[in-house]
Amino acid sequence: MSSSILILGARSDIALACAHRYAREGYDVRLAARDPQALTAAANDMHLRHDISATVHRFDVLDTDGFAGFLEGLPEMPDVVLSAVGFMGDQAESQVSSEAAALVLRTNFEGPALILGLIAERFEARGHGTLIGISSVAGDRGRASNYVYGAAKAGFTAFLSGMRNRLARSDVKIITVKPGFVATRMTEGMDLNPRLTATPDAVAEAIWRAHARGRNVIYVKPIWWLVMAIIRALPEFIFKKTKL
Amino acid sequence: MQLSGWGRFPRIETRLSTPRDEAGLAAQVAAGPVIARGMGRAYGDSAIGANTVSMAHFNHMISFEAQSGQLVAEAGVTLGEIIAAFLPRGWFLSVTPGTQFVSLGGAIAADVHGKNHHRDGAFGSFVDWIEVMGKDGAVTRCSRTENAEMFGWTLGGMGLTGIVVRAAIRLKRVESGWIRQTTIPARNLDEALAAFEETIGATYSMAWIDCVATGDKMGRSIVLTGEHAGRSGLPPKLRAQPFATPAYGGRRVPFNLPGFVLNPATVRLFNEAYYWRGTRQPTTGLVGWGPFFYPLDTLRDWNRIYGRKGFMQFQCVVPLDSHAEGLRALLDAVSRAGAGSFLTVLKRMGPQVSRLSFPMEGYTLALDFPMNARSLALMPELDRITADHGGRFYLAKDSRMSAETLHQTDPRWTGFAQMRKDSGLAGHFASAQSERLAL
Repeated sequence: MSSSILILGARSDIALACAHRYAREGYDVRLAARDPQALTAAANDMHLRHDISATVHRFDVLDTDGFAGFLEGLPEMPDVVLSAVGFMGDQAESQVSSEAAALVLRTNFEGPALILGLIAERFEARGHGTLIGISSVAGDRGRASNYVYGAAKAGFTAFLSGMRNRLARSDVKIITVKPGFVATRMTEGMDLNPRLTATPDAVAEAIWRAHARGRNVIYVKPIWWLVMAIIRALPEFIFKKTKL
Repeated sequence: MQLSGWGRFPRIETRLSTPRDEAGLAAQVAAGPVIARGMGRAYGDSAIGANTVSMAHFNHMISFEAQSGQLVAEAGVTLGEIIAAFLPRGWFLSVTPGTQFVSLGGAIAADVHGKNHHRDGAFGSFVDWIEVMGKDGAVTRCSRTENAEMFGWTLGGMGLTGIVVRAAIRLKRVESGWIRQTTIPARNLDEALAAFEETIGATYSMAWIDCVATGDKMGRSIVLTGEHAGRSGLPPKLRAQPFATPAYGGRRVPFNLPGFVLNPATVRLFNEAYYWRGTRQPTTGLVGWGPFFYPLDTLRDWNRIYGRKGFMQFQCVVPLDSHAEGLRALLDAVSRAGAGSFLTVLKRMGPQVSRLSFPMEGYTLALDFPMNARSLALMPELDRITADHGGRFYLAKDSRMSAETLHQTDPRWTGFAQMRKDSGLAGHFASAQSERLAL
C-alpha cells in the first residue's frame, strides 16, 4: 500500500512544491484548502505526472469545530501531515484592529496548532506518523515590522517543540520548518535579498531531506540559522533600538 | 529589468510579468504589445519584448490518453518534465530538440526539430491542436481542421500570432530508455555526407563536425545514428527495468569563464580531441536517452563557458544539390576567419512540413561563436554564402540578422509580416527580434 501525505493550506506555492516532491516519491497526496476547486488542476497534474492518487478536500483553518469532521472525511489517516497554512496580514492594521490581529493569530497559530494536536493524538494511537509544521524565522524574535505574525509563529514553533518533546519516545516525528524568505505569491513584489531567498522547490527539497534524515528543526537556507542566532543573541537593550 | 536569451546577447530592458491564470495573462495582452517567454532557451531575442510574459505558472499537465498517446498540457510544461512523467510508462517525445529544458509553448513557437527530422518531420507534425490567446484575450482552439489558418501561422510563428496557452501533442511508444547508437567517423565532408545518405533510414542521425580542420580533412566528422532499443535487445540485467537509465547531469558551470578561455587554440584542441575520441569509440553501443539526445544538458549553465559577453549561434539550412558546395564555402569562411566554433553540428533534414518550419530537404549547420568583433564580422559573410546557395536561417538561434537578409532568403516571412499587419496582430504581439526583422 502506498503512503500518503495530507497538505493543509495546499494552495500556497510552498505547499504545492511539497506536494510534487512527495508525489515524486510515490506518495498519494491529499490537498486541503478553503477553496478546493482551485486545486483540481494541480491535483490532476500531480496524478498525471507521478501516477499517484491526488484528491482535494475542503479545509478551513478558522473552523476549529469542523476539524474532527474534516479528518473523518479523508480517504485514510495519512502517514505525513504538512501544515503550510500561513497569512502574513498587515502589521500596521494588526496594531490598530483587534479583529485583524486576531485573524493573523488564529490563522497562523490557533488553527494549525489545534489541527496538528488532534492529528498527533491519532498518530500516537496508531503508533506512527510525521507532522511537519511550516513556521517562520519571524517567530524567533518579535520585531516591530511584523510582531503579530511573528508572535503567532513563535507560538506555533513552541507548540511543535512541546509536542516533539512529549512524543519523543514514540514513533511520531515532528519537524519544524523555518523557511526564511521564499519567492512565492505571499512575497510577490517585495524586494528580497536573493542570497537569503529560497525557491518553493528548494523549500520542498529541504523538507523532504529533513524528513528522510529524521531532523527536528530546519532552516531552509543555512545562512538563516546564523542570521537568527545573531538576532536572538542581541541583548534586549540593543535589540529594541534596531530596525530589522 | 534586463533579460537575454540563452546566448546572453543581446541584453534587453523589459517589463517582465508572471501571470498566474488566463485572466492575468489576458490583462497583460490587453496592455501589450507582449511576447511570451518559456524557458528562455531561444539563443537571441525571440522571447524578449518591451513587455515579456513568463509562462512559468502555466505548468499543468491536463490529460493523457494511453490509446493514442495524446498528452494535453499547458504551454509552460517542459519537455524534460514530459519525459520524467511518461518515459517510465513507455512513452517518449516524438520530436525533441537538443535540450530538454524548453517549454512546450517554445517548442511549438519555434517548431523545433530533432535528430529524426529527415524521417519524422518537426515538432509541429505531432501537435494535434493548440489553444491560442489572441489579441482580444480570447482563447481559440486551432488545429489542421479547426481555424487551420491560425494553426499554420502559429507553428513556427515565434509567438507572434498570439500566446499558446495549451496544446495536445502525440507521444510515441518506446520499449526502453536506451538508444542503440552507431558511431561513424568520417575523414572529411564528402565522407560525412555519404554517411548521412547511407543512413537515411535511421531513426536518428546527426554529426559533430570539426570546423577547424582544413585541406583534405575539411569537414571531418563523427556521425552518430540511433534507434530506440527494444526491451528484448537489452542485456539481461537492464531488461528488468528498461526505463531506468543512469542519472546524468547535475554538473554546473559555477561562474562565467573569462573570455579568453575559448580561443582559437583551445577550440582547435577541443575539436581535435573530440574527433580522436569518436574514432576510438566502439562502432555501436547502448547509451541512455539523456546523453544521446541532450549531451549538453549534462552541464547546466554551459552558456557560461563563453564568458560574460555571451555567444551567438549561426544555424542555416542549405538545400540538397547545392549543399556540398554551400557547406564547404561556409566551413572555408569559418576557418579562414580563424573564428573556429567550439561545437558544430551537421544534420540531414527532411522536407519542410508546416508552413513556417525552418527545415527544408538539405543539410543544416549550427555553429557557436563567442561574442566578439571577429565573430560579428564573420556573420554577414556566412549569411551571404547561405543566401547564395539558396539556404535559410533558424530564428530560434538568431540574435543579429538583418531584416533584409531574412526577407531575401525566406519570403515566407514577408507573407507572415503582411498577415500580421492585415489582422492587426503586429501591435499586440512583438519581440525584440520581430522588431529587428520587420515581422
